[in-house]
Amino acid sequence: MTPILLTRRTLIATAGAALALGALGLRLPALAQGLAPTPSMRGGANNYRPGAPIVERIGNGGFWMTGTVRRAGDGAPLPNQRIQVWAHTVEGHERDPESHGATLTAADGTFRLEMPQIVPAFGQPHAHLAYDSGDFATVFLRPVMRSAKDTTLHADFVLQPA
Amino acid sequence: MPPAKAVLTWLALAAALAIPLAVAATSPLLEWRGPVYIAAGLAGVVALALMLLQPLLAAGLLPGLPPRRGRRVHRWTGVALVLAVLLHVAGLWVTSPPDVIDALLFASPTPFTPWGVLAMWAVFAAALLAALRARLSPRTWRLGHTALIAIAVTGALVHALLIEGTMSTLSKAALCLLTAAATAKAIADLRAWRMLRRRA
Repeated sequence: MTPILLTRRTLIATAGAALALGALGLRLPALAQGLAPTPSMRGGANNYRPGAPIVERIGNGGFWMTGTVRRAGDGAPLPNQRIQVWAHTVEGHERDPESHGATLTAADGTFRLEMPQIVPAFGQPHAHLAYDSGDFATVFLRPVMRSAKDTTLHADFVLQPA
Repeated sequence: MPPAKAVLTWLALAAALAIPLAVAATSPLLEWRGPVYIAAGLAGVVALALMLLQPLLAAGLLPGLPPRRGRRVHRWTGVALVLAVLLHVAGLWVTSPPDVIDALLFASPTPFTPWGVLAMWAVFAAALLAALRARLSPRTWRLGHTALIAIAVTGALVHALLIEGTMSTLSKAALCLLTAAATAKAIADLRAWRMLRRRA
């Protein structure tokens, strides 16, 4: 029978290998599951208007809504996806049709749409965004600005097939 | 109370009520709001201001309005408070129905909303007890009304403090602090909890 050699070197090597295996084991399920889809946020769909038109910008602009659209699982950027945006701004209430507009994502899955400055309404300076084109499951987001003075707001979509 | 002190008390109270209202009524946010939304917001500020007045009247803490007379006024300001809350909710409903439906179903994304809805029901229940007072035992009436207004004031203050709206941070904090202090003083003076020991 071979005696088990327990030197400092073998101990460190074995422990290192065990740690590496453990870490890999913990990471593997996460890799298999991949990027999780974004759930809709509470109140995200409030004052949504289906079919808002694609616009150059909403109203007179001055504020930038930016974001990304990716596919759940592999995280691939999704080009040409329609994202609708609406908010209470210096030019109108959330319910006003002219407060709504849509844009398409670029080849790298990003989007940016100029709109009027968002102002606090119903207690928070916030915006609403919708992915509602049907290829993927519908998602409504309601991001809140850190400060009412911010002139930009960002929202990320991770979509799963409908 | 000496007349000079009485005058000062009334002036201080008038300032405590009028300054937050005046600040809210001149908020820059109003420029981007329609009349119904503006009225709804101000009705909420009025309701908060009336909540400072109510305990002072109930406990007879205001000069010239000892308990008996103070409570007669308290009943009418109570009616005004219920109306202000109704106007607040109705005006918000007209401005954005889905947000108010979420609020009433306790499904709002905003942390201040459930506190406001809780305060609304507590105000309505406290007013209902007052309307049914003749048919209630003193124990039910006093313990019930006191417990409900404690819930209403707590809910209303948390609701107001968490909102980013037309009230300025400073005048809102001052009004909330005064309302909390006045409510605590009135509850301490009126000692409704003695009813807990004595079975009616």
